[in-house]
Amino acid sequence: MNHKYLPHTDADIAGMLETLRLRSLDDLFADVPEKVRLKSAYDIPPALSESQLRTHLGQSGGRQLVSFRGFGAYDHERPAHIDALSSRQEFLTSYTPYQPEVSQGTLQYIFEFQSVVCELTGLDVANASMYDGATAAAEAMMMAVILTNHPRVLASGALLPHVLEVLKTYAHFRGVELVVVPTKDGVIDTHELSELSKDPYAALIAAYPNRFGIVEDLSHLAEQTHQNQALLIAYCDLVALTVFKTPGSAGADIACGEAQSLGLPLSFGGPYVGYLATIAKYVRKMPGRICGMTTDNRGQRAYVLTLQAREQHIRRDKANSNICSNQSLMALQATIYAVTLGRQGLIEVAKRSIGAMHYLAERLVATGLFKKTYDAPFGYEVALTYRRKIDALNAKLTEKGYLGGYPLDERTAVYYAGEKMTKTLIDAFVAAVKEADHEI
Amino acid sequence: MAHLKFSQTHEWVRLEGDHAEIGISEYAQHSLGDVVFVDLPQVGSHYEAGEEFGAIESVKAASELNMPISGTVTAVNEALIDHPELVNQDPLKNWIIKIKVTDASHFDHLLDEAAYAKSHK
Amino acid sequence: MKYDKLIFELSKPGRVGYALPDQDLPETDLNRLYDANLLRERPAELPEVSELDVVRHYTNVSRLNFGVETGFYPLGSCTMKYNPKINDEVASLPGFRNIHPLQPTSTLQPLLRLYDEAATMLSHISGMAATSLNPFAGAHGELTGLMIMKAYHERRHDSRRTKVIIPDSAHGTNPASAAMLGYECITIKSTPEGLVDLQALQANLSEEVAGIMLTNPNTLGLFEKDILEISRLVHEAGGLLYYDGANLNALLGVARPGDMGFDIMHMNLHKTFSTPHGGGGPGSGPVGVAKHLVDLLPNPRIVKKDGGYAIENAPDAIGQIGGFYGNFLVVVRSYAYLRVMGAALGKVGPYAVLNANYVKEKLRAFYRLPIDGKYMHEFVFNGLIDQSTGIRTLDVAKRLLDYNVHAPTIYFPLLFEQSIMIEPTEGESKETLDEFVKIMASIAKEALEEPDCVRLAPHFTPVGRLDEVAAARKPILNYREYAKQL
Repeated sequence: MNHKYLPHTDADIAGMLETLRLRSLDDLFADVPEKVRLKSAYDIPPALSESQLRTHLGQSGGRQLVSFRGFGAYDHERPAHIDALSSRQEFLTSYTPYQPEVSQGTLQYIFEFQSVVCELTGLDVANASMYDGATAAAEAMMMAVILTNHPRVLASGALLPHVLEVLKTYAHFRGVELVVVPTKDGVIDTHELSELSKDPYAALIAAYPNRFGIVEDLSHLAEQTHQNQALLIAYCDLVALTVFKTPGSAGADIACGEAQSLGLPLSFGGPYVGYLATIAKYVRKMPGRICGMTTDNRGQRAYVLTLQAREQHIRRDKANSNICSNQSLMALQATIYAVTLGRQGLIEVAKRSIGAMHYLAERLVATGLFKKTYDAPFGYEVALTYRRKIDALNAKLTEKGYLGGYPLDERTAVYYAGEKMTKTLIDAFVAAVKEADHEI
Repeated sequence: MAHLKFSQTHEWVRLEGDHAEIGISEYAQHSLGDVVFVDLPQVGSHYEAGEEFGAIESVKAASELNMPISGTVTAVNEALIDHPELVNQDPLKNWIIKIKVTDASHFDHLLDEAAYAKSHK
Repeated sequence: MKYDKLIFELSKPGRVGYALPDQDLPETDLNRLYDANLLRERPAELPEVSELDVVRHYTNVSRLNFGVETGFYPLGSCTMKYNPKINDEVASLPGFRNIHPLQPTSTLQPLLRLYDEAATMLSHISGMAATSLNPFAGAHGELTGLMIMKAYHERRHDSRRTKVIIPDSAHGTNPASAAMLGYECITIKSTPEGLVDLQALQANLSEEVAGIMLTNPNTLGLFEKDILEISRLVHEAGGLLYYDGANLNALLGVARPGDMGFDIMHMNLHKTFSTPHGGGGPGSGPVGVAKHLVDLLPNPRIVKKDGGYAIENAPDAIGQIGGFYGNFLVVVRSYAYLRVMGAALGKVGPYAVLNANYVKEKLRAFYRLPIDGKYMHEFVFNGLIDQSTGIRTLDVAKRLLDYNVHAPTIYFPLLFEQSIMIEPTEGESKETLDEFVKIMASIAKEALEEPDCVRLAPHFTPVGRLDEVAAARKPILNYREYAKQL
């Protein structure tokens, strides 16, 4: 019997083979050495019907928890129309816009995404997105190394651990010396930074907010790095940038990070979407796709991929990067989210998240079971030190259906609260924490 | 008296005493198509013969610019920043950089106009 | 008239498109919590629009696009096959979509099992010992694979291996990835038959070569029939073989890269395994390796442990190449595809190759076939046979758009000046192929009889040819830049 994705009937095949003057499908593979020809079917399970697949996958999910954990993946209220719009086949099934005449849809939303990123970061130009925040940071690192010709980069020890790991891997294989700047009291240790700045370096990568939820002053860091002829790369959460000073106005040269917090589902880590933005003079050194405005031969306003001479399909071994794609559809979703929430709404999301986090922190500390780990100002994440073993607490909380703070060590965890967290939900969590503490 | 010669990589150099102008050939501009950007070096930079001193981009291609002879950059053609198309319009007149020559020996190995024209038929 | 509004132009102060839950908490006073110098001075100029504004806007914007479901999309090297709807549906299940990547593994067992099964199936299909699902895209998988190659030699303390051999027909990401890791690329010319030149290969093999990057079938669509010999030569010289999986579709049901001697490979789930291209992503580029390289696969890893599954960091791994575990929802889609295909997967290669050869035979009377080889799932024409009226590949491609067909890949591979690379895929019916042949033949005729019609194409698309030169000379890359010059 035919398969529903394979339309050829026996008659079709016979007719086509005749046109080719071949006797069987096997004849098409005369050049494939007999030794490597498959002799048996693949060792994969027999086909399922759709209902069987639904049942099977319905039972293959993870357990959903009420989450007070962020640490690089942030839950926000997600309007329904994002999926309705992004699942339109014209967006979903199209290819990279190499034929711009039939890809104005993709090109236009990329232009809008770039615009949104520039507005939020306060920088001049942004690319069409990157794979994720961590790889965006790695690309930013390479961009700085190429611009300054110094294969040494300083990275804040307060960046998310997985971002540091990716930076380390890329640095190792690309011959860059990556030095992690120690933290003190939850922020970059300025004394250590001064010491490490004595040798030439391409850039400092600072986290904003950092892994402890703390918002450090970027302007001082910008001043310092510029004095050392280095670049400041700010790894930022875009939601935070609606209320905190932008990397652009602080003097950062590059901003990059994870745009998942613009309403993308948690998705067990992917697909997410990275972003990268920079000042005008570095635009030609920016990796990734870039979309620009132009006109067509009928005088209409239109969009096209531009500055492609930097990219792999032209420069080949001299390209800025090997990146061949972006996370287009996720950039679309992030854009729809950002423009739907809009000028006021995103500020509200940030403010309410900050409000919820401060309320939660207050209440947890008030139980007497926790202390604030650091004094510095925090946003919608905070590090708290628990009086006993945090793993034990978290295990109990999971039994109760909660995802507790992310453990940094035996007793410290980083908590997150988003705008979905109401007083009731927070109070219930605090009660659960007290109960769990009692049970340990 | 200025001597005009060409490199294998399609740059020309017009040598006059110990100064020279450098640009790209008619063939190069034609292959590139509409030039959209010229990546100019810094004045004062020194490059050896064969070394990359900049790049030139069109919509469909990007090419390094290589020094035909060794020298120090004394001037860059700033008009090309806003009007890169000048290179297409008159590639032999619109120089890209001017240099003070530090080693003219390579000049002898370059191709004169006739030899260059033959080399890429 | 084309829809021509940017979302920013629909903005009206005070309009909202969202609703947030009432938190029952006092309003946050930022000035009380933070010093003024930490706060943003002026708000981001994002639009203020209603939900209907947003929905209408993006609906109209979408209609400016051509997707696989709009019509035939024979992009060579991209495998634009149908993206099944059931895949999208199951990828949206709450048990996948609402899961935080840092949840305790005790809450993730069925999901981790699915993840592991997907990796295992891909290993079986590719003939590799193990597969990492972490890379986000083909180019990312390539980079990861080359990191593995580099680490392999590093661990052998062999620092002489600084070069990678790449055929001149290779995709641009191959040398770009190699160069990114500091490798020097040795390009070897193809034979007149379009294949790797064994003599050139031998001449370039040495103790300085880390490995070779190959696609098989290659970017011309030709199977490297000497692959076993190539494998032997490279291995003898101490190098590794890397397989670029872009053309894996031709081999489904036919052969496995692992059996040909490849040590490392990447796959493209968004090509071979039906996940949607999304306008340029998200894809997924899993990396498979032979047994001796398994320890080098990137972290974090999902492994079988104590009767269940765990997430671990292995000490010998090359490190971490992405934030978490890859594009998980994309993996779910490819898993769904494999589970719905079952044994039919073995027919994909043969039907894809049949379709490509059929189209090639029917069109070779009109288009130049530079190499009369045994093509597999794609083939390359070098422009029209009759170019007396000056009609080039670009013009043909643009004219196709008027017929509701997406143009094939053009100007790649670089081996031919007027490349047109056509890959129908296995899912297209004979009727669709016949229709395509008819259209292409008709354009060839137009090229001679009404060349302007082709030269000035497209005529019926929302926009005509674009001024790419202006876009590159004076880039306007965001709304703010655009608004400035109004």
